[in-house]
Formats: sequence, structure tokens, C-alpha cells
Amino acid sequence: MRKDKKGFSRRSFLQGVGVAAAAPAGARAAPPRVATVGPGPVRMALRVNGRIHSLRLEPRVTLLEALRDSLELTGAKKVCDRGACGSCTVLLDGHPVYACGVLAIEAQGKDVRTIEGLAGGGRLHPLQASFVEHDALQCGFCTPGFVMAAKAFLDKHPTPTTEEIRLGLGGNLCRCGTYLGIRQAVAEAAREMKGGRRA
Amino acid sequence: MPSKYDWPPAEKRSLIGKRIDRLEGSAKVTGAAHYAYDIHRPGMLVAKLLVSPHAHARVKSIDTSAAEKLPGVRAVKVISPPGTEVQWEGTEIAAVAADTEQLARDGVRALRVEYEILPHLVKEEDLNKAAGMTKPALEQTSGNPDQAFATADVVHEGYYGLPTVTHCCQEAHGQVVEWEGDKCTFYATTQALSRIGGDLAKELSAAPGFGTVKPSQVRVLCEHMGGGFGSKFGHERWGVVCAQLAKQLGKPVKLMLDRDQELLMAGARPSDFAKVKIGAKRDGSVVAWESESWSTGGPGGGGPPPLPYVFTIPNQRRRHISVATHTGPARAWRAPNHPQACLLTMCALDDLADKLGLDPLELFLKNAGLSPRGDVYRTELLKAAELMDWKAKWHPRSRLTAGPVKRGVGLSVHTWGGRGHDSDCRMMIHPDGSVQAQLASQDLGTGTRTVIGIVAAETLGLPVRAVQVQIGDTNYPPSGASGGSTTVGGVSASTRRAATKALDKLLETVAPSLGTTPDKLVAVDGRVYVAGDPSKGLTWKAACAKLSKPISELGRNPARDEGNLNDSGVGGVEMAEVEVDTETGVVAVKKMVVVQDCGLIINLKAAESQCYGAVSMAMSGALYEERIFDEATGRMLNADMEFTKTTGLADTGEVVVHMMTGMYDNRGVIGLGEPPVVSPMAAIANAVTNAIGVRVPTMPMTPDKVLATLEKGGRA
Repeated sequence: MRKDKKGFSRRSFLQGVGVAAAAPAGARAAPPRVATVGPGPVRMALRVNGRIHSLRLEPRVTLLEALRDSLELTGAKKVCDRGACGSCTVLLDGHPVYACGVLAIEAQGKDVRTIEGLAGGGRLHPLQASFVEHDALQCGFCTPGFVMAAKAFLDKHPTPTTEEIRLGLGGNLCRCGTYLGIRQAVAEAAREMKGGRRA
Repeated sequence: MPSKYDWPPAEKRSLIGKRIDRLEGSAKVTGAAHYAYDIHRPGMLVAKLLVSPHAHARVKSIDTSAAEKLPGVRAVKVISPPGTEVQWEGTEIAAVAADTEQLARDGVRALRVEYEILPHLVKEEDLNKAAGMTKPALEQTSGNPDQAFATADVVHEGYYGLPTVTHCCQEAHGQVVEWEGDKCTFYATTQALSRIGGDLAKELSAAPGFGTVKPSQVRVLCEHMGGGFGSKFGHERWGVVCAQLAKQLGKPVKLMLDRDQELLMAGARPSDFAKVKIGAKRDGSVVAWESESWSTGGPGGGGPPPLPYVFTIPNQRRRHISVATHTGPARAWRAPNHPQACLLTMCALDDLADKLGLDPLELFLKNAGLSPRGDVYRTELLKAAELMDWKAKWHPRSRLTAGPVKRGVGLSVHTWGGRGHDSDCRMMIHPDGSVQAQLASQDLGTGTRTVIGIVAAETLGLPVRAVQVQIGDTNYPPSGASGGSTTVGGVSASTRRAATKALDKLLETVAPSLGTTPDKLVAVDGRVYVAGDPSKGLTWKAACAKLSKPISELGRNPARDEGNLNDSGVGGVEMAEVEVDTETGVVAVKKMVVVQDCGLIINLKAAESQCYGAVSMAMSGALYEERIFDEATGRMLNADMEFTKTTGLADTGEVVVHMMTGMYDNRGVIGLGEPPVVSPMAAIANAVTNAIGVRVPTMPMTPDKVLATLEKGGRA
């Protein structure tokens, strides 16, 4: 158990919410019994890119840490580790999430898609090919997160306007400043995917 | 007679100067590219740092006992023992290595440190509050400024400045270190692959009880790295600690900085503030300059920026004061000192133009001769004006556009050196036809790997993908650090020479079988044949099959008598068009124009990307970015990526990049990482002034400052 009384971190908050969400605040009667897990490693199962992985991890381990440190899927990057930059973006049941802000234990029963699962059959996904062609990357550290955010965006907006792209991809940061290439890459990929060459 | 090492003439280039996809593109878009942060080694432990929460303090005691007893904690290493005077928040106090990152954090949290808190200074804009921390760093006079000001027709006095900003590389600083016996492997995120292994060995050897470590015992690897921008040249204190922990524990150790630590101590650009006085004749000739500037780069103070920038004004007096502060120390930040000098100079010139009643474009054209490359700037200014439609868009400050959202345009010019660094390249051609270019260089994301591939392939007459570019490993020949835009000139020259020598060897082997002499042979389009008679030749593969052993040739930069392949010194012009909402104070950059020369361009696609990226990064400094300190506690308030604001995709308007291709090819290759990042801040600042008629004196031009400026200027 963590003894530090002064420290109140995002994780301890998330952890608290994760195990106590069922208890109504200020309940007068005896609190209902809720299942608690941890501290210490517990069993969990994650479905990542279609494969089930059994893990023993502490409940406080984030989805990002589980992917990177336990499954060695290091495409999603740890950059801000506070849900601000988007470099760890993965899809959870098709929705883009910052994997640093989701506990691994919460991701159980959901379909986790990472950058490693995007290309299929030895071919790049049209978005990935378009990122390369439009030089929408420099150091490349934000790129996997950006590609996954763009994937989720295009799934929802298959025929985006320039303005929709501009505002729809505001949740990811790139310090090299490859935004113009990313805009072009996403617009071009949308055209290609709509053309039915590959979904 | 041109040397055979020269660059091929334009009509013979099949790859150089074209738009080529970067070689590592697929690896980066699939997540397959591995960075230091991604390294996993069997049995690897994770270390985390405890850093000082105080800006200025003395360490009184450190109690590690509770941390050492925690499950999973393998070692605690004190970095700043009792008695150490801490000079900035974020100073490394101790490190904890544990089985997992979570357990290492538990260990850090269990450390108990007592500090004696000392007085601090964290803000430098108000010099009156910096008593005892200032040091005059420069006083220089040339010509006769007093007389020149006395006889000038128009004199303008202004105040301008910019605060410190951080590097905020996407990949934090840090490394993985693994020992096998006395051999050390250092997985780095570095701009100086060939240097840091030796530096690490030296520092480890000097540490008590560690024994001697020779540079040859340290192998540094860095296949990909997540940005540096000038902050990743060192082996770092945390690198030494990581190596010591790994040795002590007999296991690989990963130690990466947390984001707040990254922003507190792993790099900042010095601030600069200045009172500027500038004088001109009625016709716009600038005759006099006087500046009193001050800056901080942390405990070491801040050096003088190169004022006045670009324009050597004939009469000048410059004074500079260095202010030491208790803030994380400065590191080289893309074009060190240039963005600062550029802002202070270009804003003063823009205000002077207004006072003269001149379009600043006319003022800059008029005074271009005060720069070392007047013709370059004149050509570029006119080109940029055309691309911006400047004449239609510029208006005097007395005639603002109608409505609450004001439009304006601004311009700036810049310069940089960028001569190629020392570089060795080994070119291998194998009997099976495969080709390798090997350099202990690094690709920061600038496209170095692809540049090497293009030069080698062009020289050997092969497609780019036929060349395996092998970098990021100190087992290859040494190449310089990637800083100051020196890489492209260095590696392209060494690669060109190595490839030329290797091809010579191949042609020597092949010539007899074709019944000719090597000097009659060329390598083009994957074939080796007699010049002028493509039918008389062999495929590349068949030619290489005649080798009895691999060819291995070394090319060097610099190399006497082996052609002039690179040069130094470029000029660039940038223009900005902005919209300023005078009701909210929000500035939007609608369009940027970048006109830049950099000699011979190897990869046009990567060159344009440098310009796009530079505009984005510099825009952060103009509108959003600042390292904010709390005066009372001395702590940085925005050591995260939410409140350290950087440009996002939605903030970026239209950017038009025009490379001056063809005009300066004969100068050879010149670096481009720094130049385009210098001007945007000044161009945007001048555009905002043009839009609202009054000047926001300091960066970033946040809405509150814009509104305050409008209020003060009676324009609200």
C-alpha cells in the first residue's frame, strides 16, 4: 500500500475511482461491498490487436505501461505521461484514448488496437503510406500516436473537410512541427480509402 | 578542371535535389522503429530520479533506509550528498533502481531529504530585482554612435524581449546501459553518438572506486532518436548514474527522465531583453545602433546575442548584462542566440520604418547592403513579397483594416553558417552487389539517413533503396555531432568521397573484362558501361560478381584536394500574415512565407520539411511558449505539456516554402536545421504590430498581453 499521505497523483486518483466508482458519494448506509484488488500484482487479461494476453500486473499500471513494458509493443510512446500530448494514442473499442490515462485493468474486456496492429499482410495501411509519402514525420516519436488518432478520426469522418481535419486532430502534439504533412497525409488517405482500395 | 569528387552537374543528377521519401519512414509509421526509450533487455531494471523541489537550497541530510527496504528496490544511489548546494529546481538528488518503474517510483517517494532553503532569483526581466546576480558581459563600440545619432534624421527607441523556453523533445533524455564484463553498451538518445562514449568513459574512470574505463570499452547505439534540438550532446549526469547502477547491480538499467524533470533541467533557450535605440537618414539608410541587453541561461548567466543582427550598422554601441538565475541551465537551442538577436533587431527596424513612414520591405531592401550577402537578401525579399502578395497586404499602422479582427503582415531576415562537420564514411561494395554506407552518425529526424543513401546511390548509379545506410553505432567510422546545421554538409561530403573511391575500385576490376580502361566507364541506372555506349557493359550485380573480396573505402570530410563539396553561410527571408482579434486578444497566423537558400539541396522533400517544422516550432515562441516561474517559491509552474504550450495542428495556417534551388548549387551543401527557425518569431511580432498598430513588446504574444497593449496604446 502506498503510504505517502501528501502525494495525490493522477494515478492514485484513477486507482481510487477504478475500485470505488460503484459506491455513491456520501452514502448513509454501510457502503456496499465492492471487489477490491491489489496492492501487488493481480491477474488480468488484455485483448491487444486480436490476441489475448494474460498478465500479472499491479492495478496501478497504466495501459501504456502494460503495452510497452510487459508486451513490448513500444509503438505507443510515453512522452508527457499526463494525457496532454497524444503520443500514446491507441484505440479502445475503436475510440482513440491516451493510453497513459487508462489503467491496464480497466482495459480488460475491451478491444485494444495499437499501431503494431494497423498494417496487415505486409502492406502499410493507406494512412501509414500517406504519412511516409507526405513526410508527415521527422523524429517519428509522435507518429504512431498521430497515425492512430488519424485512423479513429477517419473512421468517424470518412470524407473530412480541411477544417474538420484541422480541428479533429488537435489532441496530438509534434515538436518537430510536421503538421502540414500530417494534414496532407490524412486528406490524401481519406480520398484513397474512400476509393475503396483498402478499408 | 573539376575534381572527380565534385557534385554532378544538374543535368546528370537522378536523385540529388529530388523529393525522396525518408528511408526509415515505414519503420516509424508502423511502430517498428526502436528508440532508447523502447529498449528492452533481459533482466532489465528501471531507475528513476529524485530531483530537488527547491530552486536554491543546501542538502542537509538524505535518509535512504526506508527506500532500501522496499520490495523490488535493488539500489539507491545518492547523487547530491549532504552539503551540496542546489542551484535549480530539478537538480538530481538521488536515483533508485528497482524491478519495475512503479517500484522505482515507490523507492523515490520513500527517500527523505532535508534541505536548508536559500534565497533564489528565478525571474530576470526586471533587472532591479536581480541585484547581486548581474554581471556586465560586454561593452563594444564601433564607429561614432553619439555623432551618428546626433546627425540622424529619425531616431527610434524601443523595448523588446523574449523569455526562456524549453526544448521539450518528444523523447525525454535518458538511456539504457548494459555491461557484459568490462564492455559497456549505452543505448542513447543523442546528437553526439561518436563523442559521448569517450566522455562517459572519462567520467566513470574519474569516479571513486570504479576503475579505469577506456573509450573503446563503450559502444554507443542510437538507431532512431526522438528529437534533440540542441539539448542532447552530453553523456549526462544521469547517464553516468545509470552506468554505475548497471555495473553495481550486474543488470541492464533503463533511466529515462519524467516529463517534468525533462522540462526542469534538460534544456532551455536563454532569454533576451533589450532597450534598443536605432537611427536613420530620411532616405532610410540606417546609420546608428545602441543596445542594452540582458539575459539569463540559468546559473551561468546568459551571453550577448549577436546584435545588431544581419545588418552591420556602421556606428554602434552594445552593452550586455548577464543575469544568473536559479533555473535549469541553458543548452544550445536550434540556432543558439540567433532567434533572440533576430527578434531584437527586426522589431526595432520595423518600428524605425514606421517612424520613417516607410514600408519595412523598402527599408530592408534599402539596407540589404549592410549585410554580408546583400544580393541574396534582395532576391529573397522580392521573391517572398511576391509569394505573400506583400504590396497588396501591407498597410501603414495608421490605416488598420476594418472590423474587430485586424489583419497585418510582417517580415524578418536571418542568417546561419552550417559548414559540414568532420565525418568519416566507410563504403562497402560486396561481390553479391550489396552496398553499405557506414557512419557513426545519427538521424535526429532531420533526414540524415536518407541524405547518405541519396548521395551514395547517386554516385554509384543505383536506386536509393539499393544502399543500406548503417548509422547509429560507434562500431562504424566516427562522424561529428549533429548540431549547428553541420550534419548534412559533413555526411554528404564524406559519403560522396567514399562512394567515388569505392566505385573507382569496382571500375578497375571490371574494365579489363569489358576491354577498356576504368576512366572510360560509368555507373548509371544500375549498370556499369562504357560512356556513350550503354550496350557495352554489365549489370551492377554482374559487375560486382567480378570482385574477389568486398571493397571497403573510407571517405572523409574535410579532405584536402578532394573537391569543395560544402560551404558555410546562408540567408533567408520570412514573412507572416496574421489576424488579431482585438476583442479577445487571440492571434492567428494565417500564412507564412519562407524563402531560403542552403546551397546544393540533397533531398528537397526533407529540406522543405525542415522549413515547415521550423515555422511551427518558432511560432510556439511567438504566441504560446514560456517557462513560467513562481517568484515566491522559485518553482516552475508549467513543467508539463499542458501548460508548456506548443503549436498544435489546428494552430498552423498556410505555409509556403520556396527553396532557392539552382541559384547557389555551385557552393555545395550547406546545413538547414537552424536557419528557418530564426525568423518566424520576429516576422509574426511585426505582423501583429502591423495588424493592431501598437507593439506587444515581449514574447509570447498571449491574449492578455495583446489586450494590455491595445489598452495602453489607446486602441482597445
